[in-house]
Amino acid sequence: MSWIIAVTAGLLFATGTYLILQRLLSRIIVGLGLIAHGANLVLLGSGGDPGSPPIVDATAPPAGYSDPLEQALVLTAIVITFGITAFLLALAYRSWTEMGSDEVEDDAEDRRIADLGTHRS
Amino acid sequence: MTTAATLPVIIPLIAAAAALVATRHLAIQRIVGITASTLLAAVSIWLLIAVDTEGTIVVAVGGWAPPLGIALVADRLAVLLLATASLALLAVLVYAVAQRATDEELGGFHAVYQILAAGVALALLTGDLFTLFVAFEIMLTASYVLLTHGSGGKSTRSALSYVVIGLVASALLLTAIALIYAVAGTVNMADLSARLNDIPPGLRRGLGWMLFLVFGIKAAIFPLFFWLPDSYPLAPTPVTALFAGLLTKIGVYAILRTQTLLFPSDGPVTLMLIFAGLTMAVGVLGAIAQKDIKRILSFHIVSQIGYMIMGLAFFTVAGIAAAIVFTVHQIVVKASLFLVGGMVEESEGTGTIDSVDGVAHKSPVLAWLFLPAALSLAGFPPFSGFVGKLALIEAGFAVDGWVIIGVSLVVSVLTLFSMTKIWGGVFWGKPSSGTPRPIPLGMIVPTAALVIVGLVIAIGAEPLVEYAERAANDLMDPATYRNWVLGVVQ
Repeated sequence: MSWIIAVTAGLLFATGTYLILQRLLSRIIVGLGLIAHGANLVLLGSGGDPGSPPIVDATAPPAGYSDPLEQALVLTAIVITFGITAFLLALAYRSWTEMGSDEVEDDAEDRRIADLGTHRS
Repeated sequence: MTTAATLPVIIPLIAAAAALVATRHLAIQRIVGITASTLLAAVSIWLLIAVDTEGTIVVAVGGWAPPLGIALVADRLAVLLLATASLALLAVLVYAVAQRATDEELGGFHAVYQILAAGVALALLTGDLFTLFVAFEIMLTASYVLLTHGSGGKSTRSALSYVVIGLVASALLLTAIALIYAVAGTVNMADLSARLNDIPPGLRRGLGWMLFLVFGIKAAIFPLFFWLPDSYPLAPTPVTALFAGLLTKIGVYAILRTQTLLFPSDGPVTLMLIFAGLTMAVGVLGAIAQKDIKRILSFHIVSQIGYMIMGLAFFTVAGIAAAIVFTVHQIVVKASLFLVGGMVEESEGTGTIDSVDGVAHKSPVLAWLFLPAALSLAGFPPFSGFVGKLALIEAGFAVDGWVIIGVSLVVSVLTLFSMTKIWGGVFWGKPSSGTPRPIPLGMIVPTAALVIVGLVIAIGAEPLVEYAERAANDLMDPATYRNWVLGVVQ
C-alpha cells in the first residue's frame, strides 16, 4: 500500500473518531462518513501497487497487472456506505423535527443509576 | 440438488420484492410473508437433513469455481442454525401479524422483514469473507429500518445510537477484511485458511483479534455491549424478539466460523475465556438492577452470549459442540421469552415489574408459557438450557477450566434469581386492578410453538448433542472444509 494512502486513511480515521465523540448529531454523521472513507481507502490500498490494466493477455507476464478485485470490493462498500449514510441523515432529520434539537443528551437510564450513586454518598 | 442451498437467500428476496409491489394491500403482503417464511423453514429443515446424511453442499455462484468466485457453503453448523433461525422467523412473523396496532400495518414491514431473513441466511451460508460483510450489512440495514419504523421521539434517538454503533462496527469489519486481503490476497475463507498459515504468527494473531473485536460488537460481548440494552427494548415486541433471537447469534456464528477456520488455536484461549466470564457476569448483574421485563431480558441476552464464547474459547470439539447446542437453545428460548413479555405488555398495558401483579391468575396461559422458557434460560433441569450448560461444564472439566466453570455456575444462579424476580413481580401476587385485554390466539400459538420447540430440544437432547459434535468435528478440521470448497468443479 502506498504510504500516501496509508497516511490519508489514518487521518480520516482520526478525524472521524474525533467527530463521533462530539455532542452534535450532524458532526457524528460527518465523522461516520469520514471513518467509512478511511476504511474504503484501506480496502483500495490492499491490492498492492498499481500496474497495467488487468485485461488478460496470455503473452504478458502476470506480475505487471494491477489487482482488479479490490476495486470491485471497494465499489460495493462505497454503495453500501452511501445508502446507509442517506438513511442516517433521514433519521437525524426526523429526530431533529421531533426533538427540536440536534444535541445527543445523556442516556436516561445511565443518569438514573448515576443519581442513585450520588444520593447515597 | 446443490442449487437448493441458494434457496434460503432467494426465497425471502423474491418475497420482499413481491411485498413491495403490493405495498397498498396488507392482506397480500401477509400471505406473501407467511408463505415465504414457511417455505424458508421447510427448505432449511430439508437442508438440515440432506447435509447431515449426504455431506456438505457447496454452490459456486455464477459458475465461477472457488476460490475465484463466491461460494455458498451449507455445512452442518450453518444449516442447523439456519433451520432454527427460520423457525424463529416464522413464529415471530405470525405473532406480528396477530398483534394489534403494530408497525406491521404500516407499509414496508413485510418487505424489510424478508430482507432481514435473506441477510441472516446469506451470513450463515457464505464461504466468502467479503460476502459475509455484505450479508451483515443487508441484515443490519433491515434491522435499522425495523427498529425505527414506526417509532417517534425518544426511541428515534435511541435507535440512532444503535445505527451509529452498527456503522462503526461495519467500517472496522471492512478495514479488517482489507488488511486480511492485503496480507493473504484472497477473501475466500477456504483459501484463506490455508494462506494465513504462511504469514508471521504475530500478524496472524492481530488479524484474528481484530475480527473477534468487530464480531464482538455485533454479538454484544463485554465491554462492547452497552448499545444493546438501550436500543432493543424500545422496538415493538416482534422486532425485539427477532433481534434477541437472531442478530447477536449471527455475530456469535461469525466468531465461531472465523476463529475455527481462519485462526485456529491449539488449546484454550485465556483472553477469550476472560471476555466470556466478564460478559456473563456483567450481563446478569445488569439484569438484576432492571425493573422492566424487556430490559431484564435484554441484559440476559448479553449474559448468555458469554456462555457461547466460553464454549469456543476451550477450542476442543466438546467445547464447540456445547457452544452450538447452547446457541440453538438461546435462539428459541430468547425469542419465546420476549414474545411472552410482549403479551404481558399487550394485556396489562405495561411491562414494569412494580405496576403489574398477579398475571398468573388473570392470564394463566402466559404464566404457563413463561415458566418453562424462564427455567430453561436459568439452566434448570430438565429444560434445554440445562442440556447446553451441562455440555459446556463437561467441556470445561476436560481442559481444567475451573475458574470459568465457577463463574458460569454463579451466573446461572443469578439468572434464576432474576427470573424469579419477574415471576414474583409480574405473575404472582394479588391481581392488580383493571381487567386485562384479551390476547389474540394468533399471538399465543406461535409463542407456544416456540416454547414447545424448546422442550423438544430438551427431550430430544441426545440427537442434537450428537449432531453438534459432528458439526464441531467439521469445524475443528479446516482441511476438510478446504477440500469441500476448493474441490468443487462446476
